[in-house]
Amino acid sequence: MSKLLTWVDDRFPATKVWEEHLAKYYAPKNFNFWYYFGSLAVLVLVIQILTGIFLTIHYKPDSELAFASVEYIMRDVPWGWLMRYLHSTGGSAFFIIIYLHMFRAMLYGSHRNPRELVWLIGCIIYVAMMAEAFMGYLLPWGNMSYWGAQVIISLFTAIPGIGEGLALWIRGDFVVSDATLNRFFAFHVVLIPLILIGLVFVHIVALHKVGSNNPDGIDIKKVKNENGIPVDGIPFHPYYTVKDIMGAVFFLILFSIVIFFMPEFFGIFLEKDNFTPANPLQTPEDIVPLWYFTPYYSILRANTVNFFWIDAKLWGVIFMGLAIVMFFLLPWLDRSPVKSIRYRGVQYKVWLTLFAISFVLLGYLGLKNPNHVDLFLFKNVIWAQIMTVIYFLFFLLMPFYSKADKTKPVPERVSSK
Amino acid sequence: MVDDRVNNERRRFLTVVTSGIGAVGGIFAATPFVLSMMPSERAKAAGAPVEIDISKLKPGQMVKEIWRGKPVWVVSRTPEMLESLKSIQDELRDPASEQSVQPANSQNEFRSEKPEILVLIGICTHLGCSPVEKFAIGPASGISDDWPGGFFCPCHGSTFDMAGRVYKNVPAPDNLPVPPYKFLNDSLILVGEEGSA
Repeated sequence: MSKLLTWVDDRFPATKVWEEHLAKYYAPKNFNFWYYFGSLAVLVLVIQILTGIFLTIHYKPDSELAFASVEYIMRDVPWGWLMRYLHSTGGSAFFIIIYLHMFRAMLYGSHRNPRELVWLIGCIIYVAMMAEAFMGYLLPWGNMSYWGAQVIISLFTAIPGIGEGLALWIRGDFVVSDATLNRFFAFHVVLIPLILIGLVFVHIVALHKVGSNNPDGIDIKKVKNENGIPVDGIPFHPYYTVKDIMGAVFFLILFSIVIFFMPEFFGIFLEKDNFTPANPLQTPEDIVPLWYFTPYYSILRANTVNFFWIDAKLWGVIFMGLAIVMFFLLPWLDRSPVKSIRYRGVQYKVWLTLFAISFVLLGYLGLKNPNHVDLFLFKNVIWAQIMTVIYFLFFLLMPFYSKADKTKPVPERVSSK
Repeated sequence: MVDDRVNNERRRFLTVVTSGIGAVGGIFAATPFVLSMMPSERAKAAGAPVEIDISKLKPGQMVKEIWRGKPVWVVSRTPEMLESLKSIQDELRDPASEQSVQPANSQNEFRSEKPEILVLIGICTHLGCSPVEKFAIGPASGISDDWPGGFFCPCHGSTFDMAGRVYKNVPAPDNLPVPPYKFLNDSLILVGEEGSA
């Protein structure tokens, strides 16, 4: 056996890769609950790829056949319903995990020097995931699929000059049609997954170059023992592989509860309007994107005023785009001398809380009719406007409050908690 | 004899020129891939004109057809509906239809060749939803007590009058477009081809 390994190692760096990334990759010993979501995201990516491959065996990317082929998978294909529910629930689970994963970075300053590239690559992964989810949502060819795609592609028409041509190029037709469905299928199952896998690989390589952050936001490489190993580090394998398996088991329990008992998740993971086939003559009464896009959808709809020479439609698209761009700028907006929220002052804590509230509320409001009153006092659109302002202030004022904030002294070694 | 002196200037020049030409070649090579995503000949052919029979259309009624995959509406407007167009001029964003899309035969106060027959593309100019007809007047419409009849977009609440003109302070920026069309005879409209006048 060891002879075989030597034979391989002479031709491929198997042992070297194993040691560098697992057995001798020293991660801080103080990871907590928030550190499950990276490995869980990889798990869900694997679930999506696996179930996706088996769904393509039966799915037909044709506007005449697509809706019926999904129903065929649900009713006639052995275990087809499970593949489909794993895939549809997996999509939502992916976003829940990624949002928590991103929030972890904001709690402990994981995006700060020297991990800016890890964060930027992560942001690109997030954008690629949104493209993947958006295109995948057209494939069942339900009425919400159809009109959702119609609305999102129409966002591009707001761009002056090239907008109409760009939308035509994306659709491949004058409206969302068979041509659109077919190319979205190709992108959803081939192009974007390839990009995602590549980006995830680069994300992990970049992380292992600089080493993982930790809840104290301090560099464990500062204190090393005589062998050059960080005293506050433990090998990823077996310590964190075992910890992450425990997290995966707990996640799979929750995941199974949704799949087996509430796969539509109250119309949030699978919308009721998508159980009718696409009808180009009839827009659904309440058109909403899936929940993970609704914070941005709320920001889009919150722009109701024409100002300067630009009309509200274009402002909506601009602010929606900026809302995502803000995440990319985070490492440079944050000017605090400390990374972790444990040693920051009250200002950052208040702002981060406000931001989390605004993100969740924007998401909630995006599912509701803008002219109704679902919270209190104001119409939903007014709430969305207030929350949009808070959302942007969190980012735009960060250089000031993060610098002015009173910080606590940071310890030399990680705390044992 | 081997001359192993390195001419760095020449190397840099060759590197720049090779990369530059390579980049131009890359753009040429990418062109067919990019253009293959444009509408195919079949998709363009499906944009052929369609005939709509309006012989059974009674005043106050509307028919929906598909042209180029888009909903096209033909509304037979009653005299009251035509009258309602005049009273609401001030509430509209573009009452004279100066910024909106319509063929020459519909560039007038009714936005139609024959005043009573209105032809529209039923796609909201905001984000492409299809508005619904709300021809009932006043509270019965469920929109407002003084609603004079028109169209309502369920997606983001844009409202349009009985000529597809957009109201002020709604998300849609423009009036609903009028497709090119002509009357083949009194009961037949050809949508997709422009009339003479």
